[in-house]
Amino acid sequence: MGRFILRRLLVIVPMLLVVVSLTWGLIRLAPGNFYSGEKKLPAAIERNIREKYGLDKPWYVQYGRMLSNTVRGDFGESLKYPGTTVNAILAATLPVSATLGVLAYLLALVVGVTAGTVAALRQNSRVDYASMAAAMLGISMPNFVLGPTLVFIFALSWYWLPPARWEGFGMHMVLPVLTLSAVYMAYIARLTRSGMLEVLRSNYIRTARAKGLSERDVIIRHAVRGGLLPVVSFSGPALAFLISGTVVVERIFALPGLGNYFINANLNRDEPLIIGIVAFMSIAVLVFNLLVDVAYAFFDPRIRY
Amino acid sequence: MAPLLSVRDLRTWFDEEHLTAKAVDGVSFDLGRGETLGIVGESGSGKSVTNLSIMRLVPSPPGRVVSGEIVFDGRDLLTLPAEEMRHIRGRRIAMIFQDPMTSLNPFMRVSQQLMEVTRLHLGHSRSEAHEHAVHMLETVGIPDARRRVDGYPHEFSGGMRQRVMIAMALSCKPELLIADEPTTALDVTIQAQILELIKTLKQDTGTSVIMITHDLGVVAGMTDRILVMYAGRIVESAPTSELFERPSNPYTAGLLRSVPDPTDDSHAPLYQIPGLPPDVARLPPGCPFAPRCARAETICREQFPPFVQLAPQHHSLCHFAVELYESGTIAAAPAGRTPSDDDAENQ
Amino acid sequence: MEKVTIVPEVAGTEPVVGTSLWRDAYKRLKKNRLAVLGFMVVCIIVLASAVGPWIIQQTTGYTYDYIPTDPALVTSQPPFTAPDGSFAWTHPMGTDDAGRDILARVLLGGRISLMVGVISTLVSLIIGIAVGATAGYLGGRVDEAIMRFVDVLYSIPYMMVVIVLLAFFGGRSPISQLFLLFIALGAVSWLTMARIVRGQVMSLKSQEFILAARATGVPAARIILRHLVPNTLGPVIVYATLTIPSVMLLESFLSFLGLGVQAPLASWGSLSADGIQNIAVFPWQLICPGLTMAVTLFSLNFLGDGLRDALDPQMRKG
Repeated sequence: MGRFILRRLLVIVPMLLVVVSLTWGLIRLAPGNFYSGEKKLPAAIERNIREKYGLDKPWYVQYGRMLSNTVRGDFGESLKYPGTTVNAILAATLPVSATLGVLAYLLALVVGVTAGTVAALRQNSRVDYASMAAAMLGISMPNFVLGPTLVFIFALSWYWLPPARWEGFGMHMVLPVLTLSAVYMAYIARLTRSGMLEVLRSNYIRTARAKGLSERDVIIRHAVRGGLLPVVSFSGPALAFLISGTVVVERIFALPGLGNYFINANLNRDEPLIIGIVAFMSIAVLVFNLLVDVAYAFFDPRIRY
Repeated sequence: MAPLLSVRDLRTWFDEEHLTAKAVDGVSFDLGRGETLGIVGESGSGKSVTNLSIMRLVPSPPGRVVSGEIVFDGRDLLTLPAEEMRHIRGRRIAMIFQDPMTSLNPFMRVSQQLMEVTRLHLGHSRSEAHEHAVHMLETVGIPDARRRVDGYPHEFSGGMRQRVMIAMALSCKPELLIADEPTTALDVTIQAQILELIKTLKQDTGTSVIMITHDLGVVAGMTDRILVMYAGRIVESAPTSELFERPSNPYTAGLLRSVPDPTDDSHAPLYQIPGLPPDVARLPPGCPFAPRCARAETICREQFPPFVQLAPQHHSLCHFAVELYESGTIAAAPAGRTPSDDDAENQ
Repeated sequence: MEKVTIVPEVAGTEPVVGTSLWRDAYKRLKKNRLAVLGFMVVCIIVLASAVGPWIIQQTTGYTYDYIPTDPALVTSQPPFTAPDGSFAWTHPMGTDDAGRDILARVLLGGRISLMVGVISTLVSLIIGIAVGATAGYLGGRVDEAIMRFVDVLYSIPYMMVVIVLLAFFGGRSPISQLFLLFIALGAVSWLTMARIVRGQVMSLKSQEFILAARATGVPAARIILRHLVPNTLGPVIVYATLTIPSVMLLESFLSFLGLGVQAPLASWGSLSADGIQNIAVFPWQLICPGLTMAVTLFSLNFLGDGLRDALDPQMRKG
């Protein structure tokens, strides 16, 4: 297991460079650049800027510098916000996005697993149908529809919650977290239900009952571990979706998070910021996938790396 | 001495979409203390469902016990409150199942699964239960038990896992062990070992055993009495040696004939009972075996046969039971009809 | 289908009749009312998107981008309401700020969104099946290499790269943007398809009927085409039916962010982005496209679920 973890950690750096290269390539290959839309700058200033950002060097030199900067974790200054380093922006926006994402996923896990388990235990009852119908809705409702609807109901009509903006970690989190969480709640509930149903049909559950265990013990001590495996493996790809979901939710609620800044960076063609965010997210994805695989091995003793 | 287990007129039915499958339809038998009873039949004969009914483990939709009594040590199990039934399961009546590969929880250590039973029923502490688990593994012949007990099921082979199942079942020294096709999924050599193991343990502890199987070879060496089941009913019951020497039911005789004789080099085709087992949701009137029976006559197709007592311990469900008993062979039906005549006619 | 008798008939018993996997699945699917309902709704929406705009143009004269010349009509009206407040059939979904008919726009959005969903899924299907079948069938080094490659691709934060791609290469013309979307979204989903196909092929490969085909000298390509592919179709169909809604969702996110479908074309995502500006005063501008999309996804998901239940022989109810 240790060697497995080490191997995966070592892969991070090459992977990072691949992703960053891909992104950089796309940016450079595209027509236009950061300054295309702005009004023409005086020649002298333009020369200074080009020198400062190294834009006057040949492309392979720039590429090499970008790679080495990435490895050192220094992405330079943002083009749009000169004077502010990319790292500073990352440091400021990350807590917002991370809180949003983590809270949303935790909420999804708690609600989803509970709902799915109850549905499985009371299969074909009204509770089962109701919760699976709700889950279907959750999967089918785009978050940019759900979000505003929630805002409309809870903020604009009933004045319970603030509609948007960010003023620290408080009530402002409620609607965004709910909006983001809904689709994952739905997926997790469905996965839990089908996972539990499959486990409850299996022979070793029959053995557990034949041993005289109470139904409660059968479920908690025997069924849960196997039944939740699909949820654990779902968590890996879920992260990829979580990224796109967070971006949309941050836009809707005007939250100062990584996603929002990323979109703006793209619209502004702010290359250092784009590279910085992509690099950071790559590492995050790889580390997270590693954690998920380790968790899976923890749940299923048959897996040995 | 009163029998340990007395099943009377048990009926367990399964509700499918538009039909009711009568998996067990009127089964009665007794089991004495220390006795080994074999239940033999094809798939779908109701042998497993009978025993699941005894344990009250029949999946409850769609199955239900419609009527009957299951008296264990003086109390009717079917009327017990669920809580008390749980005290009996695993402690006084234990069951081992057919497929050892999937019958153990792959996510739990073997030691935990063994300890669970004794901690629950015997009130063992952790260390007591652990010691007992090691002891049970040694008893069933697992080498290096102390080291292996904390392993996971996938670290054991199929035969070993079945031994673990047996260890688990016998942990609380139950009075009755139900073995549902314990060797069907195993290699022949392992089969013999497992059966020997069960025999030895039975002799040491005096446990009564119900051995369910479709394989006559398995019951021949192990059982005191045999019940033959077909279409949810007992068609013949007799002490083991008597069943093999004087089968008094066409189905039993058919089963016996189906066992290939290694000494026969006549190159005759292997015998098989013609046709397929019936669909217990759509049984014909009359004797359920009639469509496949060489001996069948009109009365068989119209009237359900009586359960005829041929000797104190020997019964057969057949209109011609007495005739078969006396003649000692599967008699040809009148006018010389044989099974091959039937086949020719049905082509 | 004629009855194939497997066992000679014995009096009093029914003959055993064989059915194919597909007939069995079809029967089970028919019984699943939700799936059938989902299928019908999807058909209705597809039909509406296909001929709806033409019908609307014939009856009310509005197309998706027609802005009325009469300034009095250039206002946002709720559904079924004329500017003077009276009931009118003209705009079942109301109008937007420029007076354009929302229903016509929603139907056009439907065309685009569905098209993107289906074509991207097709793209991912083709790539996924090709890669997966090859890796699964050839096995060994080739398989390892391909799967390593797939694993590498799996680790890329896809959405980010797609966003960069669309932001930097898009905006040239609506058509080219669409093509870009087809490729980008197809490239996102083929990975899982390849994995599924590979898994199926590998488990089929070792089954006896393949061995029999090889033993009788059937060439590899023929084996792949005539034996392996039909047998992997089941999971592939299920996954494809479930990929369409998820791709549509991705496209809607991108369009919502302004990176997907460009004006004057519209998709449900871009319509929602437009509508969200006025959620407080003209909620129908968001709700109409949003709800239409939700209903479509809902139905597609039900259909996909039903297909999966029908094709999986192990499923049993209760």
